[in-house]
Amino acid sequence: MKVVVDMNKCQDHGQCVFAAPDVFRLDENGRLAYVSDPDDALVDEVEEAADVCPLQAIRIEG
Amino acid sequence: MVVAGASMAGLRAAEQLRAAGWTGAITLVGEEPHMPYNRPPLSKEVLAGKAAFESLAFRPRASVADVEWRLGTRVVASRLAERTVDLDDGSRLSYDALVVATGMRPRRLSCPGPLAGRHTVRTLADARGLRAELTRPGARVVVVGAGFIGCEVAATAVGLGVAEVTVVDPLPLPMVGPLGELLGHALLRRHEERGVRFALGAGVAGFEGEDRVTGVVLADGTVLPADVVVESVGSLANTEWLDGNGLDLTDGVLTDEQLRVGGRPEVVAVGDVARFPNARYDGVPRRVEHWSIPTDTAKHAAKVLTGAGPAPFAPLPTFWSDQHDFRLQSFGAPALGRDDVRVLDGDPAADVLVGYHHHGRLVGVVALGGPATVSAAARHRAALLQQPALTA
Ligand SMILES: Cc1cc2nc3c(=O)[nH]c(=O)nc-3n(C[C@H](O)[C@H](O)[C@H](O)COP(=O)(O)OP(=O)(O)OC[C@H]3O[C@@H](n4cnc5c(N)ncnc54)[C@H](O)[C@@H]3O)c2cc1C
Repeated sequence: MKVVVDMNKCQDHGQCVFAAPDVFRLDENGRLAYVSDPDDALVDEVEEAADVCPLQAIRIEG
Repeated sequence: MVVAGASMAGLRAAEQLRAAGWTGAITLVGEEPHMPYNRPPLSKEVLAGKAAFESLAFRPRASVADVEWRLGTRVVASRLAERTVDLDDGSRLSYDALVVATGMRPRRLSCPGPLAGRHTVRTLADARGLRAELTRPGARVVVVGAGFIGCEVAATAVGLGVAEVTVVDPLPLPMVGPLGELLGHALLRRHEERGVRFALGAGVAGFEGEDRVTGVVLADGTVLPADVVVESVGSLANTEWLDGNGLDLTDGVLTDEQLRVGGRPEVVAVGDVARFPNARYDGVPRRVEHWSIPTDTAKHAAKVLTGAGPAPFAPLPTFWSDQHDFRLQSFGAPALGRDDVRVLDGDPAADVLVGYHHHGRLVGVVALGGPATVSAAARHRAALLQQPALTA
């Protein structure tokens, strides 16, 4: 699974961090960082993260 | 399965039903002609001209590729005992399970005066119409209502270069109902520094103008000249189609702690329209008009309909609001802790983190400021999740 975040859209809400803490995190300045090739076992978490992104900036490929 | 209302809550309900294992047919009936789209940008990026409609549409999960969309169609009546709904195109649908997801519409001011020049912001069409008027040179704008949407629209209008933007409210401070005085003062100051004017403490008594609005008359007799008026004075639930079924429809549709409607195992309500008790708090049913609620309710309701029998619904409410160059981010239920409000970190004059308490117990945290403050609020989320129920 490949995760793509449109960083032009991302506004650092952090909702994805609550849904999928193994994939997304906010750094100490409150900016988003993420793993772009997480384990396929995390697909439910990542789908949920995509749902709760207020900017709809998260896409799952493959 | 019939889903009434094809916006965020309706879409999420269909997706979560599939995720919960429902393989039967799903029909979504929606009054708007559009596929479900995201509303928060309407008062922000769309109004500012920074986001095109295409970027607002939700990307449905692949699991709902086979659902039937009846867009541009209203549900006009229902007979829950017979498990049928009637549509405005004359057809009748029967169902095994029904999801109520018809959301809200803006409340309008009923005081006298012309209608032309008066706007609300709920749909894409609303936002487009308002943007066209705000961008007319020299427009004087009066926003009625200093809540969420009123404050956002005022901020966006100033950002667009509108020179005269005035927010009117009978209450003494912006957003004071949900957030209390401490943040109300902080918001007032921030808005004023960025050019928004306020006329607080007097409501609207009427509108001046012949064919189109030219001024707003306040209860104290003041007249504010206006070319454009935005009414953001709350909303009404779209529940008329449920009349005649013996339901409690005062302020949305009442549900039990499992989001079931009218004691029926096959009817649930989701999103803004649902008035549900939250097991996390005091058992009083409330509607919650926040973006996270359609997804939270849909997930729970789908489990209820597919017989998974989950524990009582107990979401942690969360909302944000973007105004000018700052963000409000809330976790929990600040309105339940308004009597005991304390600064947890920072300074109301700059970035601030505020805690709301009920009998000494933390029930809500709100951040006002930049990304670091918002991120600090998120660190209190775990503590809020671990609090015992208020009734415990
Ligand atoms: C301008 C604006 C800005 C917002 N900004 C924020 C924000 O910054 N942060 C935040 O947390 N929340 C925000 N929100 C709140 C959030 O968008 C809502 O909570 C969410 O949209 C609710 O979704 P819903 O599907 O329950 O209801 P709705 O979006 O109201 O959808 C209901 C749908 O049902 C349709 N319908 C109604 N009656 C019928 C009928 N009889 N038959 C068929 N269809 C019908 C309607 O046309 C509509 O499409 C904002 C809302 C608005 C309007």
